[in-house]
Amino acid sequence: MQVDEATVRRIARLARIRITDEEATSLQGELSGILDWVTQLDEVQTDGVEPMTRVIPMTLKKRADVVTDGDKADDIVKNAPASEDHFFVVPKVIE
Amino acid sequence: MSDVTRLTLADAREGLKKKQFSATELTQAFVKAIEAGNAALNAYVLPTPERALKQAAASDARLAKGTAGPLEGLPLGIKDLFCTAGVRTTACSNVLGEFTPTYESTVTQNLFDAGAVMLGKLNNDEFAMGSSNETSRFGPVVNPWRRKAASGALSNTNLVPGGSSGGSSAAVAADLCLGATATDTGGSIRQPAALTGTVGIKPTYGRCSRWGIVAFASSLDQAGPIAKTVRDAAVLLGTMASYDPKDSTSVDTPVPDYEAALGRSIKGLRVGVPKEYRVNGMSPEIDDLWQRGIAWLKAAGATVHDISLPHTKYALPAYYIVAPAECSSNLARYDGVRYGLRVPGEDLIDTYERTRAAGFGKEVRRRVLIGTYVLSAGYYDAYYLKAQKVRTLIKKDFDDAWSKVDVVLTPTTPSPAFGFGEKAGDPIAMYLEDIFTVTVNMAGLPGISVPGGLSGQGTPLGLQLIGKPFDEATLFSAAQVIEDAAGHFHVDNSWWVGAKG
Repeated sequence: MQVDEATVRRIARLARIRITDEEATSLQGELSGILDWVTQLDEVQTDGVEPMTRVIPMTLKKRADVVTDGDKADDIVKNAPASEDHFFVVPKVIE
Repeated sequence: MSDVTRLTLADAREGLKKKQFSATELTQAFVKAIEAGNAALNAYVLPTPERALKQAAASDARLAKGTAGPLEGLPLGIKDLFCTAGVRTTACSNVLGEFTPTYESTVTQNLFDAGAVMLGKLNNDEFAMGSSNETSRFGPVVNPWRRKAASGALSNTNLVPGGSSGGSSAAVAADLCLGATATDTGGSIRQPAALTGTVGIKPTYGRCSRWGIVAFASSLDQAGPIAKTVRDAAVLLGTMASYDPKDSTSVDTPVPDYEAALGRSIKGLRVGVPKEYRVNGMSPEIDDLWQRGIAWLKAAGATVHDISLPHTKYALPAYYIVAPAECSSNLARYDGVRYGLRVPGEDLIDTYERTRAAGFGKEVRRRVLIGTYVLSAGYYDAYYLKAQKVRTLIKKDFDDAWSKVDVVLTPTTPSPAFGFGEKAGDPIAMYLEDIFTVTVNMAGLPGISVPGGLSGQGTPLGLQLIGKPFDEATLFSAAQVIEDAAGHFHVDNSWWVGAKG
C-alpha cells in the first residue's frame, strides 16, 4: 500500500494536524510501511465472522433519565486557554 | 530504623499496624529517596511531597483512632495518565499543557479512600503510546537495572524501563514508592514490569473503571498495579478494582479477596503452553525461562498441555489498526479550546492544526494519522472492520483453549531491557515489543507478568500468565508459585542515588 503525498496531506487535514513539507515526505514512507505490514490480515479468512464490538458480553445498564450532575461551569472553563463569562473564546468563525 | 523504602507494601502495612514506624516517617523516607534518586531516573514528572506528608499525617490520625483503611498510610506513585484533582495531569503530552483536573479518577479515588498516600505523578510514554518510555514530553525514564559484564562489573549504559508505564516500573524497582498505578493498552503494565523485575497485572477489561483516565484506545485500555511482589499486586488490585456507573464498560461483578488466593494450591491446575508463541528467532534464554516456568508449575502439581492459538500472529497487526483508529477518535478532543495548549492561528481550523502539530509528539501524530486513514471513507471495511473480525477470531482462540486449560503461560517479552534509541527509529521494531502481550488486550483477558529470572547480562526477564475473564484470583495463585520458586529480584547497586540527570 503506497501512500502518496497528496493522501498524506488529505489525512493530515482530516486529522487537523499541520505538517511541514519535510514531514509530508517522511510520513509517506512511515505510513506506507505500517499499512504494508498490516496487509498480512488479508491472509485471514473472515467471511461470516462478526466484528468484535465488545470484549465482555453484557447489556448496558440503564438509569432513570434525571439530572445527576451539573452546576460546574467554573470547573469546566477552569483549564481553558481563553474564556469569558463561562464561555470558551475562539477565533471568529462567521463573518 | 532500617531503610523502610526497601519494604514490600504488605510488610510496610504490618509495620504501620505494629507501630514500628508512622505513616509520616514512612512517607518522609520516600520523599527523601525521590529527592536523591529522581534526577537520574526521571521516574516522577511531578513529585508532590507536601500533599503526601499531609495525607500521611491524616493517615497517622486514623491509625491512632483505629479507623484505618486497607491501604492506610502506604505511599504510592500515580501514573500521569490518571486525573488527580488539583494536581497537574498531562499524560506526558505537551498538548495538555498545565491541565489541572477538577475531578479525581475512580481508581485513584478508590486508593485514597482506602488511605493510600500519593508521592507524585509518574512518567509514561506520551498518551501511553510506546514501549520504552522514550516519547514522554518530560524525557525518557531510566531503568534502575544495568547490564553486568561477565566480570560482574556494572555497565554505564542506560537501559529503557519499558513502556508505556516506565515511570511506574522504574519507581517500584528503585524503591521510590511501595507500588504504583499503571495502565495497559497493548502491554504497558506487563512489559515494563518484565523489564524491571517487578510484578504487573492487567485485569480483565471492565474490572477497573476507566473514568478519569486519559483515554488512548477505549476498547483496550485497562488500569492495574505495578508492585514489588505478587502479594502487593493482589492488595493493590483489590482496592483499584470496582464497579463504577461512570464507566459504562465497567462490569458489575464482585471483586474477590485476591490476597486470599495467595498460597492456594494449584494442584490439578491446567496450564496451556501455546506453540504459536515460540516465535522465530526467540533467544535461548527466553526459551529457558519459559521451560523453567513450566517446571515450577508442574512441581506444584499443575498439569501442562500444548495448545494452539492459531491467530496469534495477527494480533499485532490488528492491534495497529484498532488502537490508532480509537486513538485518532479519542484525541480529537485536543483542540486548543477547552483545555491545554493553544497555538493561535489565522482562523479556528488553523488554530486546531497548529495546536495539534505543536502539542502532539511524533509517535502520537503518526498514530493519529494512521487511525484517521483507516477510518476514512472507503477504507473503513478494509481496515477497521477487518481488524475487528480478526479480533473475534483471536478471542475465539482463547475461548476454545479454556475448554482444555485454566491458564496460559508465556514469556512476557521477546527480549530483556534494551538501550535508548535502539528501537526508536523503526516503529515496527518497537511495536514487536508487545508481541506476547497484545493478544490479551485484544481478547479483553487478564494477564500478569511475574519475574522469572535474569538474562545473561544480569537484567530481569518476566513470565506471563493469562487467565479466563474475571479469574484474576487464579492468576495470583499461580504467579505466587512462580515467585516462590524464582525468588525476588532487586537491583543490588543503587547507582542512581545522588546521581545527576
